Amino acid sequence: MSRSALRNRPLLRTAYTQEMAMLNTPAKRRSVLAIVVLAALLPFVVTDDLLLVLTLGMIAAVGAIGLNLVTGYAGQVSLGHAFFIGLGAYTGAVLGGDPEGPVLGYGLPMWIWLPAAGVVAAVAGLLVGPLAVRLRGLYLAIVTLGLVFLGDHIFREAREITGGPGVGRRGPELTLFGIDFSQDGEVLTRGQLQFLLALVFLVVFAVLARNITRSGVGRAFGAVRDRDVAAAVIGVDLTRTKLLAFSMSSFFAGVSGALYYAVVGVFEPSAFSLLLSVQFLAMVLIGGVATISGSIMGALFIASLGRISGEIAHWLPFISDASGSSGLLSVFQLEAILYGLLIIGFLIFEPRGLFGIWLRVRNYWKGWPFSY
Amino acid sequence: MTDFVQALVNGLGQGSVYALLALGYVMIYKATKVISFAQPSLMIIGGLFAYHFTRVWELPFWIGLVLAALCGAVLGMVVERLAMRPMVGKPVFTLAIITIGVDIVLRIIANRYIGVQSKIVEYPGGSERLSVGGVSISHQTLGLMVVTALVVVGLLTFFRKSRTGLAMRATALDQETALAQGIKVGTMFALAWAIAGGLAAIAGTFVATQAAGIEQTTWIIALKALPAIIIGGLESINGAVIGGLAVGVVEALTAVYQPDVAPWLGANFALVAPYALMFAVLLVRPYGLFGQKEVERV
Repeated sequence: MSRSALRNRPLLRTAYTQEMAMLNTPAKRRSVLAIVVLAALLPFVVTDDLLLVLTLGMIAAVGAIGLNLVTGYAGQVSLGHAFFIGLGAYTGAVLGGDPEGPVLGYGLPMWIWLPAAGVVAAVAGLLVGPLAVRLRGLYLAIVTLGLVFLGDHIFREAREITGGPGVGRRGPELTLFGIDFSQDGEVLTRGQLQFLLALVFLVVFAVLARNITRSGVGRAFGAVRDRDVAAAVIGVDLTRTKLLAFSMSSFFAGVSGALYYAVVGVFEPSAFSLLLSVQFLAMVLIGGVATISGSIMGALFIASLGRISGEIAHWLPFISDASGSSGLLSVFQLEAILYGLLIIGFLIFEPRGLFGIWLRVRNYWKGWPFSY
Repeated sequence: MTDFVQALVNGLGQGSVYALLALGYVMIYKATKVISFAQPSLMIIGGLFAYHFTRVWELPFWIGLVLAALCGAVLGMVVERLAMRPMVGKPVFTLAIITIGVDIVLRIIANRYIGVQSKIVEYPGGSERLSVGGVSISHQTLGLMVVTALVVVGLLTFFRKSRTGLAMRATALDQETALAQGIKVGTMFALAWAIAGGLAAIAGTFVATQAAGIEQTTWIIALKALPAIIIGGLESINGAVIGGLAVGVVEALTAVYQPDVAPWLGANFALVAPYALMFAVLLVRPYGLFGQKEVERV
């Protein structure tokens, strides 16, 4: 069928490959292009402090996509994401860190430390796999929670690598293709450079994840999530699928962790606590379970929550700006309460998350001014 | 040898706290098939109730303990009614995550009350210790063990002898059948949460009598009861008690022997020893020591 014949019937599909295509409607093609272009132009209109928030949000989105692969798509509840993020962060920091610094560092270039961070985390994911294969549901959640505590202990004790609690260490050097992303360049400022770098990585990993989910592996994930015994009966190798899910998710987490703390600069072992796992879980749940675009929305939303609660604090007299005891709540406490309430609220009222809200809005305007 | 017995006794004391908390987890799990991650906040708030009753209102310790347990029970019921009941029938994973949200919110409120100074409840015996053959045990630990034993015996009798206990067991077995027999399943859920809240509050009160009292970081203790229920098996009351005591003993023994035997594990390894124990047990028995193997059906 020729292209012109399809012009007025864009949703007509004549082959499964069209149905399974990544951008299977013209609207998707146009809007994704528009979003990417707008995002690329954003650093030139937004101030640097807001850019940093968005940069960190986009890097966290890579980790959130990873968690969504294992928890959303493959249905294996993981509270251990913080451990893999930490593993990636420290692998990156050791390989790419300053060799003359007080802690271990080899000063390797970014094209080595970034993939290495992902691979080390993925291998750790494979090691956790055997437990995941034998356990399921909430047993698995508790075991992965134990992983966070064991990891926290290891990070605290390995002082020559992590600097120890209260001291911390510097992240790796952000230099790629001769461009130094850690200081202002000739044309662009540091914030703009980092934003664009994060955007490129986010697009690459989002496309990668989308491709995983629409491949045979992705369908196997879905089958395991929906009913693992049934999946095994129709020939899905449970062990292999769960191991794959954990290692892929950990790879994303490792890369995200290494990049995140390269941008942040100095970080402490206490960063990788249970709270971080809960934050990532919140990104996935608030964004939308088993959607890539939802993970990105969720991550950007959670990352800017600190900023949002700061803005709210200006308007509410009973919230103090600093951590002082005047006022009813401090900004940090407000932020934490918002987390909790958002998780509860979304799960009760809109389990599909921000992605679900987007669907509702889209469907409303699709039929506007008619109700359907 | 004296060191060993002393560590064992200390471990059983701390293990009693874990056992109380583990019982709470098991109560909620048996009734609703959900693991409640809200227990840490219920424990902290229970301890703070006891602090408020005994230190601010200056009531005697034992009255404060009972009142705190009652308040904890009410709080548990409120949480169940507001956050859990609207979600009946949803996947248990969703409910578990909601309890995480509840925990975060409640803990912030508790932290507001705690402030910077730790809140310590005074045990009537003070710092007196009972010594038998070189092994000494504080009155506070003794009281904790006695209370734990009473609570466990009371709970078991409640489930065996009373009509309500029977109804709760029926609900745990099969909700629809229980409903068909005229049992108010919703009330049973609330009751399970009330028992769990009360147990958490008792545990919290005894945590508050320890030297460190209740600080903003004390909630971590309640999470150590999770390895306890995994080791014991999620469905088993006996398993919860044994698991809790085992976790306490392993923690105490590790604290005494690990610095000499395995210094490469680092300082304070005892704090994470329960999780290491959990991994070891799960690799051998995936459903814990006393848990039921799930029968799978397509």
